[in-house]
Amino acid sequence: MNMLTDAAVETALEGAPESNAVKMRGNKVNVFYGEKQALFDVSLDVRENQVTALIGPSGCGKSTFLRCLNRMNDTIDICSVKGEITLDGEDIYNPRIDVVELRARVGMVFQKPNPFPKSIYENIAYGPRIHGLASAKGDLDGIVETSLQKAGLFNEVKDRLHEPGTGLSGGQQQRLCIARAIAVSPEVILMDEPCSALDPIATARVEELIDELRENYTIVIVTHSMQQAARVSQRTAMFHLGNLVEEGPTDKMFTNPEDKRTQDYITGRFG
Amino acid sequence: MSETTAPKPFDWSSPEATAIRKRRYAADRRLRLYGLISILTAIGLLGVLIASLIVTGHTAFVQTEIAVEFTADPENVPADDPASGNFRAVVSNAVQQLFPEIDDPRELRTASGILSDGAVNIVRNYVTAHPEVAGQSFTLEVPASDPYDQLNKGVINRDLPEERRRVSNEQIALFETLEERGLVSTPFNWGLFVNSDSRFPELAGLAGAIAGSFYALLVCFLISFPVGIAAAIYLEEFAPKNRWTDLVEVNINNLAAVPSIVFGLLGLAVFIQVFGLPRSAPLVGGLVLSLMTLPTIIIVTRVALKSIPPSIREAALGIGASKHEVILHHVLPLAIPGILTGTIIGLAQALGETAPLLLIGMNAFLTSPPGGIMDPATALPTQIFIWADSPERGFVSRTSAAILVLLGFLIFMNALAIYLRQRFERRW
Repeated sequence: MNMLTDAAVETALEGAPESNAVKMRGNKVNVFYGEKQALFDVSLDVRENQVTALIGPSGCGKSTFLRCLNRMNDTIDICSVKGEITLDGEDIYNPRIDVVELRARVGMVFQKPNPFPKSIYENIAYGPRIHGLASAKGDLDGIVETSLQKAGLFNEVKDRLHEPGTGLSGGQQQRLCIARAIAVSPEVILMDEPCSALDPIATARVEELIDELRENYTIVIVTHSMQQAARVSQRTAMFHLGNLVEEGPTDKMFTNPEDKRTQDYITGRFG
Repeated sequence: MSETTAPKPFDWSSPEATAIRKRRYAADRRLRLYGLISILTAIGLLGVLIASLIVTGHTAFVQTEIAVEFTADPENVPADDPASGNFRAVVSNAVQQLFPEIDDPRELRTASGILSDGAVNIVRNYVTAHPEVAGQSFTLEVPASDPYDQLNKGVINRDLPEERRRVSNEQIALFETLEERGLVSTPFNWGLFVNSDSRFPELAGLAGAIAGSFYALLVCFLISFPVGIAAAIYLEEFAPKNRWTDLVEVNINNLAAVPSIVFGLLGLAVFIQVFGLPRSAPLVGGLVLSLMTLPTIIIVTRVALKSIPPSIREAALGIGASKHEVILHHVLPLAIPGILTGTIIGLAQALGETAPLLLIGMNAFLTSPPGGIMDPATALPTQIFIWADSPERGFVSRTSAAILVLLGFLIFMNALAIYLRQRFERRW
């Protein structure tokens, strides 16, 4: 446990009330890419207003599980999902579910910052505009401003809202992507290794931001960094070879894991 | 790892090792040399082609003209209806005036041959457009007829014995008197671009062919661009990947390789015979060309769509954009430069296509440009085909000039494609 600072453990301890309601629930989720099975009977709860970290070695299925939560895997032809995933008790794989609405409610931030090659303003305004969230032009300006403020980017870009979003630095681009996700007022934000392409300073800013966002949103984050999982999450789930090995409060996972594989992974013995 | 399997120390400076490295470097140099030789060969062949075209074609870009004074005397040109005048008489009077010393009618007829046969029309058009010249004299630059044009440009050698020349000593003498009097000029040949085809090479121009090619390409673009993009979007973004779509894909690629004459036959059988569209019309030409351009556009559009990074699609899907929004708002706008480039290259191919146009009758002899897509027309490549077939000496240089004009259009279109690609290309 030498890799965790006491402070990090403390923050993890602070925000870990067991009582939080379940926002999303995976029940015996199996995912297949063609013949190959990527997830085996994964059952995992995502609690409201908490950060849930998914950890595990490469190819363990954590990103696959994350992408099931907003049906991003639908875009892959050969991918099929069995089992049940619910959002507020409602099965999101029910054919009656509107995928467009689901993806607005469950937003996503990707590994590599991927702003649209448009202006900063347009990047944020796009989502609210297609969903009709703003009736007047002034409303849209307001949404753009609040989203940028929540993402901690407003002060840096307020004078160049109409310059291309791709001209920002990597860390700013990633916060722009977070602002873009926030702009459509999601309930859950999925983050797929959001800091893996960023330098340590930008990473620290994004991690800080994640902690702030927890107040209003439920967050699921995939990460390869144990320190990051420990710093930002309240609950951690460990995946290995498509199985959910262990899941629990982050402090417990990092101090007293039940499974030997978790122990080995977080102490750096494999993965 | 046991010690027996460890590789032996290798002597990098031994003669064997040095020789091996030397051979490898030599192979690098050979590969480079082969490429260089190939490039030089290609450039050389292209240079020979262009040079030979310029050598034969450059004379067609200037035209020998003779300044002649015409008199619109009321006897031949009635003031109230100038268009109905006897302009043949006006022209022969002008020739008589030009050579006052000739009184033999046979010699005078020879002398009239210096002016193009189109002189009568040129004078009629001028007088009709300028009715105020009625009863007065006016000077016009009239094209010289083909033999004298060639003589003036030096294509006909004056030093050859008379029987081996197309122009007699008498004709040369007449022409030389005009030269001495300073009436002969060789200005830039605008007629090549503003006239339509003519039996007389000195009057023949490409205006009709350029208009015909323009209309045909317009029809071709209006059909193949939207249909091609829509088809490519369906195949790339919506179609399930199965045996049927594989079959469609293979056949689109096959279609791109079908010989163009087959499309011409198809156009003849379907568009003209079954649908009853007019022969020789740019509409039919454009339809046939669009059949050929369509596979090209579908293929380049699919490549352009494929090259848009998936992260952009995911970004749009991730905030709840629906499929059409992902495609129309994000993927397609980013793919447009690539699509445009491919489309222009496809259209440039269509511009040079001859065989299908011959089959649908776009090689007619037409002396006026088409007024629309339903009028009979020729196209640039078919005009070249017609001229190449004509016996008059003047058409030899005109054929080369027409090829240069066609190549000019092709170079312009390809340059536009390259410009668009570099101007709008995005780097990720």
